[in-house]
Amino acid sequence: MKQEYTITVYTENQIGLINKLAIIFTRRKINIESLNTSPSEVEGIHRFTIVINETEDVVRKLSRQIEKLLDVLKVDFNTDDEIIWQEMALYKVAADVITEKVKVERLLREQGARAVVIRKDFIIFECTGQREEINNLIKTLEPYGLLEFVRSARIAIIKKSDGFHNKVKEFEYRVPSEALVENEFLDKNEGVFSM
Amino acid sequence: MHQAGILKINSVYKQFKRSINHSMTANTSPNIDIKPTATKQVTGSQALLDALIQEGVKTIFGYPGGAIMPVYDALYDYNDRLEHILVRHEQGAIHAAQGFARVSGKTGVVFATSGPGATNLVTGLADAMIDSTPVVCITGQVFAHLLGTDAFQETDVINITTPVTKWSYQVTNAEEIPHVLAKAFYIASTGRPGPVVIDITKNAQLQLFDYEGYQKCFHIRSYKPKPEVRPTYIAEAAAIINETKRPFVIFGQGVILGNAEKEFQAFVEKGNFPAAWTILGMGAIPTDHELAVGMLGMHGNYGPNLLTNECDVLIAVGMRFDDRVTGRLDKYAKQAKIIHLDIDPAEIDKKVKSTVSVWGDCKETLPLLTKLIEKNDNKDWLQKFADCTIKETEKVIFPEQNPESETLTMAEVLKCINEITKGDAIIVSDVGQHQMVACRYAKLNNTRSNVTSGGLGTMGFALPAAIGAKYGAPDRQVIAIIGDGGFQMTLQELGTIMQANVNVKIIILNNQFLGMVRQWQELFHQNRYSFVNIKSPDYIKLAAAYNIEAKKVDQRAELKSTLEDILSHENPFLLEVMVGKENNVFPMVPQGRGVSEIILSKEEL
Repeated sequence: MKQEYTITVYTENQIGLINKLAIIFTRRKINIESLNTSPSEVEGIHRFTIVINETEDVVRKLSRQIEKLLDVLKVDFNTDDEIIWQEMALYKVAADVITEKVKVERLLREQGARAVVIRKDFIIFECTGQREEINNLIKTLEPYGLLEFVRSARIAIIKKSDGFHNKVKEFEYRVPSEALVENEFLDKNEGVFSM
Repeated sequence: MHQAGILKINSVYKQFKRSINHSMTANTSPNIDIKPTATKQVTGSQALLDALIQEGVKTIFGYPGGAIMPVYDALYDYNDRLEHILVRHEQGAIHAAQGFARVSGKTGVVFATSGPGATNLVTGLADAMIDSTPVVCITGQVFAHLLGTDAFQETDVINITTPVTKWSYQVTNAEEIPHVLAKAFYIASTGRPGPVVIDITKNAQLQLFDYEGYQKCFHIRSYKPKPEVRPTYIAEAAAIINETKRPFVIFGQGVILGNAEKEFQAFVEKGNFPAAWTILGMGAIPTDHELAVGMLGMHGNYGPNLLTNECDVLIAVGMRFDDRVTGRLDKYAKQAKIIHLDIDPAEIDKKVKSTVSVWGDCKETLPLLTKLIEKNDNKDWLQKFADCTIKETEKVIFPEQNPESETLTMAEVLKCINEITKGDAIIVSDVGQHQMVACRYAKLNNTRSNVTSGGLGTMGFALPAAIGAKYGAPDRQVIAIIGDGGFQMTLQELGTIMQANVNVKIIILNNQFLGMVRQWQELFHQNRYSFVNIKSPDYIKLAAAYNIEAKKVDQRAELKSTLEDILSHENPFLLEVMVGKENNVFPMVPQGRGVSEIILSKEEL
């Protein structure tokens, strides 16, 4: 069953990585619904948040392909109930609509919209929330003339995750695993590089 | 420059010292001693060539051009330490590097210039990517200040090659060269190997900088060459194997790439498992080993295909369930439990869902598994494979190798080669009918003896790959078996053979058709032969123009003596063998059918 998945990718900050990531989706003709890239809590490590609509099987395979990319450290994928997510949108409305129609002002307040810029000719509102809330505000404003609308990509925090600080240490100081050292066959074998 | 991800040698060196001492002694170079040597000023080009020497590179396949001239200028002074083979087309350079890598297990190195030089590499990169071949390609690039200006011979090489490389990087500052090269070789050769492109702008090639010596790369934090072995999976796999009545092992190139041939053979022998190979796994154990039951896939052997759907456990080792191997997936081994051993986590469950997936390098996982499995004679089950072989021999193999027709068959050429080489030669094949015949009938005693374009099916691969194979294994006989179609795609490499006097034996199996396509048109397109009728030049005259000895054979009586003659020859030789025009390759799993629906003749279609 297809559903919305949020893929979180921790990467090195390398030029061209976004292209390498995008190719994994375009090659399989999968549309990216939303893509955000930003620094993460660890210096030098970037975080991509990608939203797609696919089955779990496809998302798992995609995640493995992404993790295979050289500059990618870790990939997680989650359904909407496993994450806290937000999007932000800006709405531009003609000023006279707002000043003349009291109802609009009330609606905006109800839906948590905040005025960012107020000018004589237009007002820009901002709304942060989930897709539905943002869409509701479009519906609210449309009858009164929505001049411009833009929505940001999704950003998401995984509920279960405890951040990347410890993970990155694991990645940096990767020692030969105990299991390998105990392998009697390997210890005899000089040709194996057990790292 | 971004430091964090590139090299962590200094911080992790101590921890890895043990591993380094443990394993890298064989090809230790002075750079293992990590103390910085006295700083000296070198150009980017010199640093590049020094890096190659430190990585143990001796042979480079390449073609010069404007944007890589500083490197070639530096190469002039390195002539005593680096051998450069001048090819006739960049595609030839990369296929040669692939052939070199396949037979030697080392990383192949290619030089090409910017623009067309680099784009000519793309086919070879795609081939190396899908067949997991370690290759490092150095491409020249226009000056950094010209990037993006549509300069002469400027192409966006990194973006063109991204989908077909394991890693690619553009260098615009010479200071980056030593560690980028270290990273390139580390990435290309470890884990699941693959091609790497390093694009170096001309200013970086010319730039003088303070060179502190070369340090090999052993760790990249964002790159895990192989997954850690989880003992629980090994135990689970062993438990399943120990309950089985009809186990079947299928193996791919992973066994060869992991240098795990001995471990694999011990595993198969302990369990008495019938073992079949994919086209690239061929030779990992001798093809006449008593447990080797043949090749899988569309034109593989009868038993391995048919009995895939009768086994109760399918143990897949270092193979990726290519569609040419599995046929229709919903009719593939549905009755069996699947144990999949692979180094690449992305391959697990990609096509065939595994019951137990054993992630890891098979060099590590196979011995662990062998230890836990019980001995079993599997007598009745092995007999089933033997019965299938008898049936296939009767219906296909014997008549193909001992034809009653007047015209020669490809299979009898291979039979003669086997009789002469005793299975010790390296067989390089191109793509098409002759490739299937070569891989079906060649006898191989040694690993790394079958060089062919498996995943990509690149016509024109064999001639340059054979050149590379000879450099990778100078003491071994290299026989290139090529169709009349594929030969005409890269025949300019005869010039390379002439100039460097590369002792390869070229055998053109000429059926005067693009045979594989013709076979499909006959079987599935009602004999509508659409553009498969290909004319050939006079290959004997062509070879003569290149000063290469050549002969044409179309009589059975001459075949064996001629082959004996040319295979004992000291120099390169081209032999054209005229074979039946409309012979088909059987058995065959027709596209869209399951593996057990394999047919032995046209009549069964």
